[in-house]
Amino acid sequence: MNGSIAVAEAGYDEVLRDVMTFLNDQTKRRYEITESTNMARDLNLDSLAVMDVLLALEDKFDVSIPINHLAEIQTVSDLARTIIDIKKG
Amino acid sequence: MSLLARFTHVANNYGKATALGANPFKVRMEKVISPTEAVVNGRPTTLAGTHNYLGLTFDADCIEAAIAALRQEGTGTTGSRVANGSYSHHRGLEEELAEFFGRRHAMVFSTGYQANLGMLSALVGPDDHLVIDADCHASIYDGCKLAGAKVTRFRHNDPADLEKRLRRLAAEGGNKLIVIEGIYSMLGDEAPLREIVEVKKKYGAYLLVDEAHSVGVLGERGRGLAEAAGCEADVDFVVGTFSKSFGSVGGFCVSDMEGFDLLRVASRPYTFTASLPPSVMASVRAALKALQERPELRRKLHENAALLYGELSRSGFTLGPVVNPIVAVRLEDPETAIRFWNGLLERGVYVNLALPPATPNGWSMLRVSVSAAHSAKQLMHIAAVFRDVAYDLGILEMPVRAAAF
Ligand SMILES: Cc1ncc(COP(=O)(O)O)c(C=O)c1O
Repeated sequence: MNGSIAVAEAGYDEVLRDVMTFLNDQTKRRYEITESTNMARDLNLDSLAVMDVLLALEDKFDVSIPINHLAEIQTVSDLARTIIDIKKG
Repeated sequence: MSLLARFTHVANNYGKATALGANPFKVRMEKVISPTEAVVNGRPTTLAGTHNYLGLTFDADCIEAAIAALRQEGTGTTGSRVANGSYSHHRGLEEELAEFFGRRHAMVFSTGYQANLGMLSALVGPDDHLVIDADCHASIYDGCKLAGAKVTRFRHNDPADLEKRLRRLAAEGGNKLIVIEGIYSMLGDEAPLREIVEVKKKYGAYLLVDEAHSVGVLGERGRGLAEAAGCEADVDFVVGTFSKSFGSVGGFCVSDMEGFDLLRVASRPYTFTASLPPSVMASVRAALKALQERPELRRKLHENAALLYGELSRSGFTLGPVVNPIVAVRLEDPETAIRFWNGLLERGVYVNLALPPATPNGWSMLRVSVSAAHSAKQLMHIAAVFRDVAYDLGILEMPVRAAAF
């Protein structure tokens, strides 16, 4: 690994913050959202709602996040990492 | 952990739904009397949730054709067409479907669900992209999983959103297959097909339209939304079902695509399941004939839809955006919808209960499906019972009549 880790990690914080802001708006600030929040269990989002979160985040970050990734996305942190991985290409 | 533990949340919702009255997922049709009447819980009931659009389930010609085939060719094929061969009805039905749609090829599947699985899984692979309307039916979502292609959703009925997503995918390789429906089953709304076709052409994508709810319903000849919108040539694949307008069971796909017949060995949901029994296909062929020779059925269906939509709309209900045989009545929350559904059933009216997450925007709805077989009297009765239940639940105000002195 090399110096690009730092860049990636900085990107992670930013993306994570954006994702949390977005989820807070979506859930009308009813929950305490952290990195380890599980979207389905803790935010009570059903499968469709999680897909709709992806749809909105695709626009926010101008990326394509195929729903095939859903199986690996459980926590807020998973979501942020997936976006970063996709952005890196 | 028990195998079923991950369905705990489903069980909770299910418990809530059944605690409020009859179990909406286990309605027993004790006796079916006609396309629009049955006995449910010992009570004569008007059926308005069966997608029996043309009312052909008791059509004399369809029944006679099925009986004749049953006597001639037996109860079932006991296997797939690849293993057990194609009966005359398989080829006959496919030829008639191709002719009806004006297409070179037709293929029948054992259900509409399998038609979507069979087509999507065979048409695209892991390097390709499926771009689907967010409100697509579960069978399309499941077909996507089986296909293994990358799946992108676009906002329901929003061609600009579709374009945005195709633009993002433009740099990626692989084919792009757009999947939409003709009439969407939840709200009865139609796809903006012409605009979607424009986007499709601009990005060199393919287009599959599931016309499950629109064949026999839309278009001069009943060929569906593609016909009604005048863009059949730009729809690469039309998928449909025999379980709605045709009053039976089964599914199909028609297309002009070169090499289409290869799918008969490439499509696992076609190859590895038993084919339709002769009696089913015989009734479907008779239904296809009725659909073509009796356009008055389609006219009556639309008259009926307009009648019920008008009645419910004037009564103050919040309905789907367009007048179509699916009349969606939006209610406040799941509990209200369940109570309402029970109220209707107790008064002898059967409709479909639709709750999130199966519904768009998390809405709770009752879906009424209108049939050409409904009489005006039945539809007025359905509307009156809707009003009764709404007054009972305090959803609508009882109209105050001018006092007569
Ligand atoms: C849009 C759509 N596609 C496919 C199907 C599946 O059809 P079938 O009942 O023939 O499996 C349905 C209905 O159930 C549907 O609404």
